Amino acid sequence: MNKLMVESINEYMDEIIERWTTRMKEEKGERFFHFMPDHLVDKTSREFAELMTSNIRETSSIDSDKINEFTEKIVRFGWAIKFVNKAIDNFSNVVFELLEEKDVITDENLRRFIVLFSSWINPLRESIIDAYSTEWERTVSLQKIALQELSASLIPVFEKISVMPLVGTIDTERAKLIMENLLEGVVSQRAEVVLLDITGVPVVDTMVAHHIIQAADAVRLVGAKCMLVGIRPEIAQTIVALGINLNEFTTKSTLQRGMQAALGMTNREIVEVNGQ
Amino acid sequence: MNLGSSVEIITEWDIVAARQLGRNEAKQVGFGTVDQARITTAISELARNIYLYAGKGKIEIERISEAGLVGIKIIASDEGPGIPDLRKVMEDGFTTSGGLGAGMPGVKRLMDEFKVISEVGEGTTIITTKWLH
Repeated sequence: MNKLMVESINEYMDEIIERWTTRMKEEKGERFFHFMPDHLVDKTSREFAELMTSNIRETSSIDSDKINEFTEKIVRFGWAIKFVNKAIDNFSNVVFELLEEKDVITDENLRRFIVLFSSWINPLRESIIDAYSTEWERTVSLQKIALQELSASLIPVFEKISVMPLVGTIDTERAKLIMENLLEGVVSQRAEVVLLDITGVPVVDTMVAHHIIQAADAVRLVGAKCMLVGIRPEIAQTIVALGINLNEFTTKSTLQRGMQAALGMTNREIVEVNGQ
Repeated sequence: MNLGSSVEIITEWDIVAARQLGRNEAKQVGFGTVDQARITTAISELARNIYLYAGKGKIEIERISEAGLVGIKIIASDEGPGIPDLRKVMEDGFTTSGGLGAGMPGVKRLMDEFKVISEVGEGTTIITTKWLH
């Protein structure tokens, strides 16, 4: 029975792939099959078919390496999980229809084939979807790490003056990192003035303001001054409307002005020299 | 005319999703950058309150038009513990979480209309509107 099915599938493989590709092209909102070069579509289809038929034989179990490799590829191609599921459905339907047409599946053995099909497709679907979601989780956690690496480094600009540019949304986790890096940096760089640049922070709500105020207080405790720069006009207005008190802060509109002020606070200034 | 969309607030990152949605809607209604920032900040406050105090809830954003005016309506609803003393919550500097205590009165100042419906043990709904002038 199994043997019969494997042999028939192998025999009609080209036709199966062709029908499957046609059907996948008809799927709504599908971009892969329309915009990819033909040879790539063909290659991917073949790989998919091979993967699909790899576990039909009773002796061979699901090859997880192969599945992982393939899902990694389709995640990169941007196949949605819904689409992957549809691909599996279509494949099993196409195979079933074809075997019926070729009289491999007849009225007598229909029941047995149905059982065979579900024991073939279901574990396969499970492992493919499992591999797919694992791949996504990996991507997300990698991006999280990448995001953390982006967070907040304190850069020494002049002697006694350091800058921390803040870019992006500040959540609780990042706020903690900012605080740690700021304090460690101030001590190790012997900074006397620290400029916090919030040009790249999209929204300053009470939570963000609270974290900034706390960070500034902590900086004061280790003996340095904290200056807030890069306050865009719309941010200034929302800060006022929220009623956040930043009176104890020195604030400047841009990093440039902040830097001039910081030099002034450490008794220095930038002087133009006459070039010869 | 009622064009709306909503974001479930469950994790801290949903706050970002909610305000992103708010910013896009505000932009499409035609608000300038300052009002966009006001609306986004208000959504941020409301969503954070849901996340902090109720654990989960929902932010709905609707475009509204009434008597020739267009605007944006934000509905923040949760089934959290509710607010025992509404008057206190609207005072500047009152906080139970160690924050600045500027969120609720701040939202009221950022927006044009502001209404709180809250029942202890039942949940809280805050409806706030900003008109395009």
